Amino acid sequence: MCRVVDLRQAVLAKNDASAHTLRTRLAAHGTTVVNLLSSPGSGKTALLESELLRARERAVPVAALTADLATENDAIRLARSGAPVKQVLTDGLCHLEAGMLAGHLDGWLPDGTRLLFVENVGNLVCPAGYDLGETLRVVLASVTEGEDKPLKYPTAFGLAHLVVVTKIDLAEAAEFDEIAFRANVQQVNPGVEVVLTSARRGKGVGALLDRALAAAKGAPPHTPVMAGLPDLRHGHAHTHPHTHADDTDAGDLAPTPS
Amino acid sequence: MHEMSVALAVVDQVAEAAERAGDVTAVRSVRLQVGELAGVVPDSLAFCFELVCAGTLLEGAELVTEAVPGRARCTPCAHEWAVGMPPRLTCPACDGTTTDLLAGRELRIAAVQWETGDPMPTREPISEEC
Repeated sequence: MCRVVDLRQAVLAKNDASAHTLRTRLAAHGTTVVNLLSSPGSGKTALLESELLRARERAVPVAALTADLATENDAIRLARSGAPVKQVLTDGLCHLEAGMLAGHLDGWLPDGTRLLFVENVGNLVCPAGYDLGETLRVVLASVTEGEDKPLKYPTAFGLAHLVVVTKIDLAEAAEFDEIAFRANVQQVNPGVEVVLTSARRGKGVGALLDRALAAAKGAPPHTPVMAGLPDLRHGHAHTHPHTHADDTDAGDLAPTPS
Repeated sequence: MHEMSVALAVVDQVAEAAERAGDVTAVRSVRLQVGELAGVVPDSLAFCFELVCAGTLLEGAELVTEAVPGRARCTPCAHEWAVGMPPRLTCPACDGTTTDLLAGRELRIAAVQWETGDPMPTREPISEEC
């Protein structure tokens, strides 16, 4: 017999549940996760290295996990800061998932870590859909990438709690139009903060650390319009908090014989 | 190409639901709602879905994707609009920046059609029926 069954399940329900578990588990240990997303070559490793150094100077216990398809180059660079660093090789996978991250943290994340920076795989498409249990999601773009980047990758920019512009020292050479960039960010993510940085010149370094520490202390991060109604992923729009049994289990198995 | 991961998640969840139902012999189709802002490419997903289904209860199942347009409403002036792509999430009527997204982020399995091993309901045979 042929039956039509209403499943009504969010496709990424498993990742979302793993992310929630990880966030709760890390919070119990006083650790806050910052998820860094950008294109390859945007300069997130250089900026992160500076931020880790700044954190060490301020005696903030930080750690970093960096994901790449191949090579340990980024971990070697980040380890120069003196912070505990782990390289994750995804063997071709274009993004990290919450369950993978949890597995990599087991037995490695030092006790007492206040902030864990996760440098996601350089990619503005795939990582955008995966909650890693972060409290702060940061999207970075360099001035050489063009002002329309936020419009080309609206999901990544639209879900960010903070947007960081890198390589601002090259702005003039790249003829970077800051006003147009900011307008494009606002179009997909009204109200999100944009900070300008240059790891090479030290400009804006420390801003990311400050925002991360504020989030760790419980300051509510910006709520992106796109993330404002997470229940949309469950299929209906409302804002009151409650749990959905049908998103974590089999759903409403209401067979309709056809 | 996270469509492969998305396809795996769909197949895993449908296979689990089928196992729970107990008597499913084959899955015929899976209906998926994909929001305009979900960041998933339906064609790419269909390609991956076919690969991932091979050798499972879903082998040969059809993936039916239902596109859900992005819609938003301005909190101050209540204007509603289709957000488009790239999305405009500031109000086109009053330039307000406090917006509620009403639809467009969906990525969910709506329904599945499957075959079960139930016996057909008993009834008197009708001679004309083929």
